Amino acid sequence: MNDLTQFSAGLSVLEISYIIASVLFILGLKMLSHPLTARRGNFLAAAGMVLAIVATLLLHKQDGNPIGNIGWILAAMAIGTAIGWVIARRVKMTAMPQLVSFFNGMGGAAAALISLMEFPHVNQELMMKSGMANGHVLAILLGLVIGSVSWAGSMIAFGKLDGRIGDLRVKAMKYVNLTILAAIIGFVVYIMTRDVAASAELTHLAVILFIVSVVYGVLFVMPIGGADMPVVISLLNSFTGVAAAMGGFLYSNQAMLTGCILVGSAGTILTILMCRAMNRSLLNVIIGVFGGGGATAVAGAGGTIKEVSVTDAAVLLSYSKKVVIVPGYGLAVAQAQHICHELDKLLEEKGVEVRYAIHPVAGRMPGHMNVLLAEADVPYEQLVESDEVNPDLPNTDVIIVIGANDVVNPAAEDDPSSPIFGMPIVRAREAKNIIVMKRGMGKGYAAIENMLFFNDKTRMLFGDAKSTLQALVNEVKAL
Amino acid sequence: MEGILEFFMANRGTIYMVILSIFLGIEMISHVPAILHTPLMSGANAIHGVVIIGAIIVMGHAETAGAMILGFLAVVLGTLNVVGGFVVTDRMLEMFKKKK
Repeated sequence: MNDLTQFSAGLSVLEISYIIASVLFILGLKMLSHPLTARRGNFLAAAGMVLAIVATLLLHKQDGNPIGNIGWILAAMAIGTAIGWVIARRVKMTAMPQLVSFFNGMGGAAAALISLMEFPHVNQELMMKSGMANGHVLAILLGLVIGSVSWAGSMIAFGKLDGRIGDLRVKAMKYVNLTILAAIIGFVVYIMTRDVAASAELTHLAVILFIVSVVYGVLFVMPIGGADMPVVISLLNSFTGVAAAMGGFLYSNQAMLTGCILVGSAGTILTILMCRAMNRSLLNVIIGVFGGGGATAVAGAGGTIKEVSVTDAAVLLSYSKKVVIVPGYGLAVAQAQHICHELDKLLEEKGVEVRYAIHPVAGRMPGHMNVLLAEADVPYEQLVESDEVNPDLPNTDVIIVIGANDVVNPAAEDDPSSPIFGMPIVRAREAKNIIVMKRGMGKGYAAIENMLFFNDKTRMLFGDAKSTLQALVNEVKAL
Repeated sequence: MEGILEFFMANRGTIYMVILSIFLGIEMISHVPAILHTPLMSGANAIHGVVIIGAIIVMGHAETAGAMILGFLAVVLGTLNVVGGFVVTDRMLEMFKKKK
């Protein structure tokens, strides 16, 4: 499959195109990691992709044959482009995490399909030399397993984030999952140790492996709760990277390899960073059952909840010097980011300094909140990370917590038995006054009680974030 | 086993590259501000859409009707990944850019 043996101008141009594409991917990813260059970085990576695709279509040769079925390929690409473009343009910003998950699943599926199709065609020479136990078969099977798991897992993650699928939490799940995982590994070994003349004889086994992997992908994501979803998406993202890299191995295709390995490793480190921000270990996310059993310690320690009227809240805010807003997913769900920005503009006009404290895992993915607030035109400088805002909180007159819960829960600092103990939080309780906007007394995703709500300085404002904020804006205007 | 070792020997250069790419990836992501995590994940998601090249190769050499159908599907899905990924990333970043 990798016939670089004889030199030809076309092949050299193809390889040079791949090198350029790889460099563009690396530069693109690098630039994506800085706010000012991010958009150009995305553009560069896309340019690299176009270059790699066009070069492959025109110049790729396998055993001396150029790419055939060009008409069909172009038709397929046209369909994919049309669908992808429309979905990507239309979907709401709050639905971003599931969208990323969806597109990720498509990549995983493509990788699995490639493996499925290449399986019967393992190089005859290799088969003669070492039977099924050769590198190509390994790459194909790994691509098949990881790609299918990524596809099935991403689809489930998509369904969960979209609210179509609930969690399935049974204690036995983790043993079932580990058993299936062991079975998959055993099966890969089984296939590779078969003594056959051609891999095509074992195609049915590859199909079974594909099916089992899909089942595993589904079961793997099913028990994972909402708060851990970003971690899972990020993990599946790196899975797809690895699965696609297997294709790169198979075709000795450098552009596929560099691009995908980069994504695989970057995705893995991003996953670990996210876990760290939530004080969870990756293993816990994968096999543990989150929340559920955690709500023990604080239950009795309650206290009284004090409510505040919208008018009082408006007065309090208007006469403050420094206000910090802590937005959470509740704000996003209520689509309240625009009205929230209206409130902060009104307050700024009155000379109040307003900032947004963004917890690393606020929203459904790290950075999700920033995207949502940016959509509402909140200036970049007003967004501060929690580490930065914490030292200044004792001088803050009012902190408004909107639809956030776990990220301000003092249990993370006080209660060693809490499942979120050790997670960095926004130390809301240090502010002079605390206003918490919530729909009701429900618990956060970690399903644990939040002592902040019972704090003496805390006043609750119950109701839908959007209508409450609207009422608040009206009151502030009327003052 | 021997086959696998041979594969490693034959692909030494590739394996070096893979290892260096892994470090490069880790190095790059470690310095990213949290606010860019979502666009970055999305951008990375688009980049692994390069799997479409594999889909094109497979489709380009498909002979049976079954292979044609699967290949067609693989190209469609790969394109979805690439186009959707880049467009969505651009849409997110566009919002950051509107104001200085």
